[in-house]
Amino acid sequence: MDVEALRLSFELAALTTVALLVIGLPVAAWLASSRWRWKPMVEAVVALPLVLPPTVLGFYLLVAMGPMSPFGRAWISIFGRPLAFSFEGLLLASIVYSLPFAVQPFAAALSAVDPRLVEASHTLGVSRLATFFRVSLPIAAPGVIAGAVLTFAHTLGEFGVVLMVGGNIRGETRTLSIAIFDAVEQLDYATASRTALFLLAVSFTVLVVTYSLRRRPVLG
Amino acid sequence: MRPSGTERPFLRVAAVLAAMAILLVPGPGRPAEPPMRKLAVAASANLRLVLLELAGAFERRNPGVKVEPTYGASGMLQAQIDQGAPFDLYLGADRESAVRLHAAGLALGQPFHYATGRLVLWVAAPARVDPNVLGMSSVANPAIKRIAIANPAVAPYGVAAEQALRTAGLLDAVKAKLVLGESILQVVQFAQSGNAQAAFVPWSMALVPPLAAQGRYVVVPPGSYPAIEQYGVVLGRARDPQLAEEFAGFVRGPGGRTILERHKYALPTD
Repeated sequence: MDVEALRLSFELAALTTVALLVIGLPVAAWLASSRWRWKPMVEAVVALPLVLPPTVLGFYLLVAMGPMSPFGRAWISIFGRPLAFSFEGLLLASIVYSLPFAVQPFAAALSAVDPRLVEASHTLGVSRLATFFRVSLPIAAPGVIAGAVLTFAHTLGEFGVVLMVGGNIRGETRTLSIAIFDAVEQLDYATASRTALFLLAVSFTVLVVTYSLRRRPVLG
Repeated sequence: MRPSGTERPFLRVAAVLAAMAILLVPGPGRPAEPPMRKLAVAASANLRLVLLELAGAFERRNPGVKVEPTYGASGMLQAQIDQGAPFDLYLGADRESAVRLHAAGLALGQPFHYATGRLVLWVAAPARVDPNVLGMSSVANPAIKRIAIANPAVAPYGVAAEQALRTAGLLDAVKAKLVLGESILQVVQFAQSGNAQAAFVPWSMALVPPLAAQGRYVVVPPGSYPAIEQYGVVLGRARDPQLAEEFAGFVRGPGGRTILERHKYALPTD
């Protein structure tokens, strides 16, 4: 069993989940409340990573990280090393890849919050931000947790994108799914199955724990 | 002000579905063509350029024949063949995989040696390192931040690249720069996108765009790595074993050899 790959996969999944809570919640809150006429465009952009096959998405991310794109050039000139083949690169790719898995459940949960409660909070002089954290978020918590769990699980099993932008570097970008694929490629099905079974068992445990936490009453 | 459609969401959904149905309806049917003899070839990724030409030449000689290649890493192709994938012919990047398929009772004939791969070191032009001057030691230059090779655990061209670096006494010095592609095509993508400034690829891949346009290459000394002897085998599940044999014969015959040679593969002498 590749312990380094295991650690890497969990680190990547955890950091992606945290990042998408930070990025995804404001986007979802905006989607839930906005009446802008071009909102469907934003919704479509958020859903687009679902459409592209992961390796295709990965290929474009690889190109975007390279010195041929303005973004890639800027990154290299600021940080001195390219984003591709690094853990940070994987993290960025995972955030893009899992964006719909976080934002869509978040937005669905937040739009189900009764607007009268939010308006009542506003009329009582509570700021928008405080209302979000003290009214909307606690009510939407089950959906937000579901989105976070989906993001975590989706990133844990991520393969195509990691394959394309990772470069299979031990301890940096060789995640568990890449290690499993390598074992399969070497026709070493015993190692592959052992690792896959372990990944399934650990993920199952994480999911069961999270879903049972969700059943607890949420405090307002 | 609300657009009127929102009050009747059903109508909108129906309109979208109708539009999709119209798009999906097939156009008028084409006139029936004579039945094609199809040949499904499972091929190692390094053959992508040369097999296109081999197939084209074979199809011109045999009207009504269509060669359909599927490219992949040899481990994946073997797993698919194990599981009953409908391939007629296997063209690998090493000897072991063809021998293994034969030993597993999945082959019709004996494994045959059809080409020997040759490795080159490609260096991106913006790196300002001339591999023709510096040779293998180009990779140690600080301008080379990343070196793409095929994963030695799964790809013969990766084994060769790693061994060539070891022979040159450079492996330890550049190990931290190595990035691994699952196949030669991924190595090309790493190089093409500018993320790797050097790459070890089959000679045929360095001859054409994108790599030819974006950098220079030097041939890796053939004695510095184990020969990449590429074997193929006709598969037991072949739907048209005769056609598979014919194509295998063409690849090894004068017509095939000319094409392989033009793509800088070395030819078997046996």
